[in-house]
Amino acid sequence: MNTLLLFVLLSLLKVAIVTVILLTSVAYTVLLERKVVGRIQNRWGPSRVGPFGLFQPLADGIKLFLKEDIIPSGVYRPLYLLAPMIALGCALISISVIPFGAALRVHGVDLFQIADLNIGLLVLLAVTSVGVYGIALSGWASNNKYSLMGSVRATAQMISYELALGLSLVGVVLRAGSLRLRDIVNIQSTHGMRSWNIFGGFQFVAFFIYLIAAYAETNRTPFDLPEAETELTGGYHTEYSSMKFAMFFMAEYANMITVGCVATLLFLGGWSSPFGHLLPVIGGPIVQALLPVAWFVAKVFFFLFLYIWVRGTLPRFRYDQLMGFGWKVLMPLALANIIVTSLVLAIRG
Amino acid sequence: MHLVLFLIFAGLCLAGALNLLFQRHPINSALSLIVVMTSLAVLYLLLGAEFLALAQIIVYSGAIMVLFVFVIMLLNVGAEERTHGSRVAYLAGIPGVLALFAILASIFLSLTKNLGSAQLGGFIVSTSDLSRVLFRDLLLPFEVTSVLILVAILGAVVLARKEH
Repeated sequence: MNTLLLFVLLSLLKVAIVTVILLTSVAYTVLLERKVVGRIQNRWGPSRVGPFGLFQPLADGIKLFLKEDIIPSGVYRPLYLLAPMIALGCALISISVIPFGAALRVHGVDLFQIADLNIGLLVLLAVTSVGVYGIALSGWASNNKYSLMGSVRATAQMISYELALGLSLVGVVLRAGSLRLRDIVNIQSTHGMRSWNIFGGFQFVAFFIYLIAAYAETNRTPFDLPEAETELTGGYHTEYSSMKFAMFFMAEYANMITVGCVATLLFLGGWSSPFGHLLPVIGGPIVQALLPVAWFVAKVFFFLFLYIWVRGTLPRFRYDQLMGFGWKVLMPLALANIIVTSLVLAIRG
Repeated sequence: MHLVLFLIFAGLCLAGALNLLFQRHPINSALSLIVVMTSLAVLYLLLGAEFLALAQIIVYSGAIMVLFVFVIMLLNVGAEERTHGSRVAYLAGIPGVLALFAILASIFLSLTKNLGSAQLGGFIVSTSDLSRVLFRDLLLPFEVTSVLILVAILGAVVLARKEH
């Protein structure tokens, strides 16, 4: 019983730490986005609060927290209140299966992962697919035509791109022969960069399909039609204010971080170093345990930067182009990738 | 531990199913159905069928029910109107359901030996075992089923197509 209690306590501690880190990263991703988009557009971005505007997230948080929480009279209350919770809840749950570093057990508790499931990848897909309800219900419950249009668009877009997204991961799963995220990383960490799925695994087509579909899943530019402000005001969160709006906002950025983590784990070798064993072993056991985490964070940072870069560069798709692209280009490509990958694997035995 | 989880989620499943029938607004019914599907997935998980459980959530809760909700949103369906119902349904329906339940229960109870049983929290069916059954032992029925679904999709496309 004592070991069970210890396990539960350590797990709760782990969940709390990961949640705090995730939410802090969300806040600073927003700052990073404002800074980088500012630079791309020849502006400074936030620079007043603290050095380089580093305390801006804190000021934004206080602002959102203290704003008046308005619930419009025409909304369908239960679902209006439930929708942001579903959105943020699903966004936070998906981080629980992601391993951040090489397995390190202390008292039987894995330090760098909340839950090591042997169907971890499927859990990620399941949580993403349930997260659609947050956006779908928010638009409908708001009882506003712009919100409804936004959420109908978002729902159709997410259902369509979920297929390409799921299919693009099959090649990776075939290579690893497992749905466990640690197994998928382990087969990529033998020879440094050469054994990553995107290079040595020849999954670069799958990588680009995953990235494009994930941008659509997270409703980010160039697929941000659900919140296209020129035609839909705010899209599905038009009627939300204060913390409820902030919950959608945090969910979006948490999802971006999750996408970055998944892309890192599945295609860029997770926490493994790009140089394999060429680098000399440095430092004591603590440095050795933290170095993989640093690689992981660097790769996730790259994906977050890419998100922002794309936002600052590309214009928005038209809706029919978006649907046509998803169904007629990405889906067949993903299927072709599965066929080729499985043929190659079968021939090589 | 497993029994407690089973009781919680079986109860949730039944409550969701009842709520599905009693709710007047279609969107509430659809959401109750999602609760039913997801608690069924947890029951699968308790029986050791991990892949099936997640497939249940991805396919039913995540894809099919999203389409239900999508259609309800798109048509903006209002609350349903209550009628008194038909007398035939009352007279034949309730005894019919009871009889059906009794027949099914007696069949399952008499066939327990042949059907075998699964245990709560027993061994886990690995994904590779499942795929071996699907793609080797039962390959033909599996493929025939997928062709059947394809035919249904083609039928829907033909019905929905506009004549030029």
